[in-house]
Amino acid sequence: QEMEDKVISPEKVEEAKLKARYPHLGQKPGGSDFLRKRLQKGQKYFDSGDYNMAKAKMKNKQLPAAAPDKTEVTGDHIPTPQDLPQRKPSLVASKLAG
Amino acid sequence: FSGAGGGNDIQWCFSQVKGAVDDDVAEADIISTVEFNHSGELLATGDKGGRVVIFQQEQENKTQSHSRGEYNVYSTFQSHEPEFDYLKSLEIEEKINKIRWLPQKNAAQFLLSTNDKTIKLWKISERDKRPEGYNLKEEDGRYRDPTTVTTLRVPVFRPMDLMVEASPRRIFANAHTYHINSISINSDYETYLSADDLRINLWHLEITDRSFNIVDIKPANMEELTEVITAAEFHPNSCNTFVYSSSKGTIRLCDMRASALCDRHSKLFEEPEDPSNRSFFSEIISSISDVKFSHSGRYMMTRDYLSVKIWDLNMENRPVETYQVHEYLRSKLCSLYENDCIFDKFECCWNGSDRQVSFFSLIVMTGSYNNFFRMFDRNTKRDITLEASRENNKPRTVLKPRKVCASGKRKKDEISVDSLDFNKKILHTAWHPKENIIAVATTNNLYIFQDKMN
Repeated sequence: QEMEDKVISPEKVEEAKLKARYPHLGQKPGGSDFLRKRLQKGQKYFDSGDYNMAKAKMKNKQLPAAAPDKTEVTGDHIPTPQDLPQRKPSLVASKLAG
Repeated sequence: FSGAGGGNDIQWCFSQVKGAVDDDVAEADIISTVEFNHSGELLATGDKGGRVVIFQQEQENKTQSHSRGEYNVYSTFQSHEPEFDYLKSLEIEEKINKIRWLPQKNAAQFLLSTNDKTIKLWKISERDKRPEGYNLKEEDGRYRDPTTVTTLRVPVFRPMDLMVEASPRRIFANAHTYHINSISINSDYETYLSADDLRINLWHLEITDRSFNIVDIKPANMEELTEVITAAEFHPNSCNTFVYSSSKGTIRLCDMRASALCDRHSKLFEEPEDPSNRSFFSEIISSISDVKFSHSGRYMMTRDYLSVKIWDLNMENRPVETYQVHEYLRSKLCSLYENDCIFDKFECCWNGSDRQVSFFSLIVMTGSYNNFFRMFDRNTKRDITLEASRENNKPRTVLKPRKVCASGKRKKDEISVDSLDFNKKILHTAWHPKENIIAVATTNNLYIFQDKMN
């Protein structure tokens, strides 16, 4: 049996490490899944239609609120405008100008 | 020829540092873009909080012949604010992705600033006198009772303390479904392009309600998406030519005279890859994060995760030069993927283009980790690694070159790869168009370095 001396590139070594840790990592290397996620940046799950329908159904009852420690608003919970992280413009001047 | 100056012939010294000293960095203070104007007199920064800060170079002090003018705050304003698109359930960040200056045409200065969705044209003007002596108004603005006016006078302009005002003159909105990564002003100084992940639009600076789509790479079926646009720039001299780079490491050159929609490139620049070398990381690290034409327009430079490549526009099949920025990271790609650093978008820039610095685009500058930045001299093929750190801040003391030890025994003064701080990244750098002065942005500080003058 011949033993072949193979020089494995550092990149392939790193790839093997990654595949060992995440065996189900995408068949397409770095491909469309990751690109699609990139295009979805900023997507928050507030659907005004769902929100208004849920409000109409529940009438005067409270909508189930998200747990205060939840950062992601998904699943059965119907997000309300209050659940969205409040993004206010910066009232503070840049420290570069200080 | 003398004065050509290589990256190693220039002796870089600390000049100034702007920003807070504390380690606890507020997200809003993260610097997202740095750009000198065409004369180099003004230096603009944009940050994640949507704010723009403009510094102005002081007139050279004749008595202090050893230093060029310092940069001090000239103007600061809130360019963009966070928005929420309720129709698309999309949060729109106020982070300033790019600033581009217009060449100066009159007393005022103009710049374009953009976030993910909206481009704004800002006018920055000075006011150093104000009218006084109105007949119907008091000095504080209150109206006078006309019946008390017995004589007429002519209002005159009197000097006042300099006030710098920034006002938005045009807002170019609602033209981008995806996130804007680049803006580039055309050499005709009338039009500019804006590029997002899948489309490039052409605008006229005077017209905000209309823009022309000149590139559209959106597939009919989004499941088939394999490539996105990462950067775009107009040619410095040919107003019909522009390039755009992709996440697959290709650059396409387009000629707007060929057709209205430039979906078919005129040239495709791509370095062939050895298929046996291909790995999971290949495509990710080949993604181009920045593209910059040389001053002549004969060459262009691209930055991917590990290297800078110089391309001759006349040769599409491979770059003419490749410079390794931090090759030692190739054996760390697994952890860099896990901590997302592999997706960091480094920019690159050329030396200034004035005869005093160098007539040619000879030196390349780009950032790295641990607050290191790198320069490559195309002539001598030498390179240097410098550090932006408050520990080096003695003016007129030449910065000490740094060295990273990839493996094996670490020499004194070297730093090992495992000791590098990957949170300290230099993504944005800029070179003064006419002098050997550079602006280097760390996470939340702006460093200014200049050539030691003899």
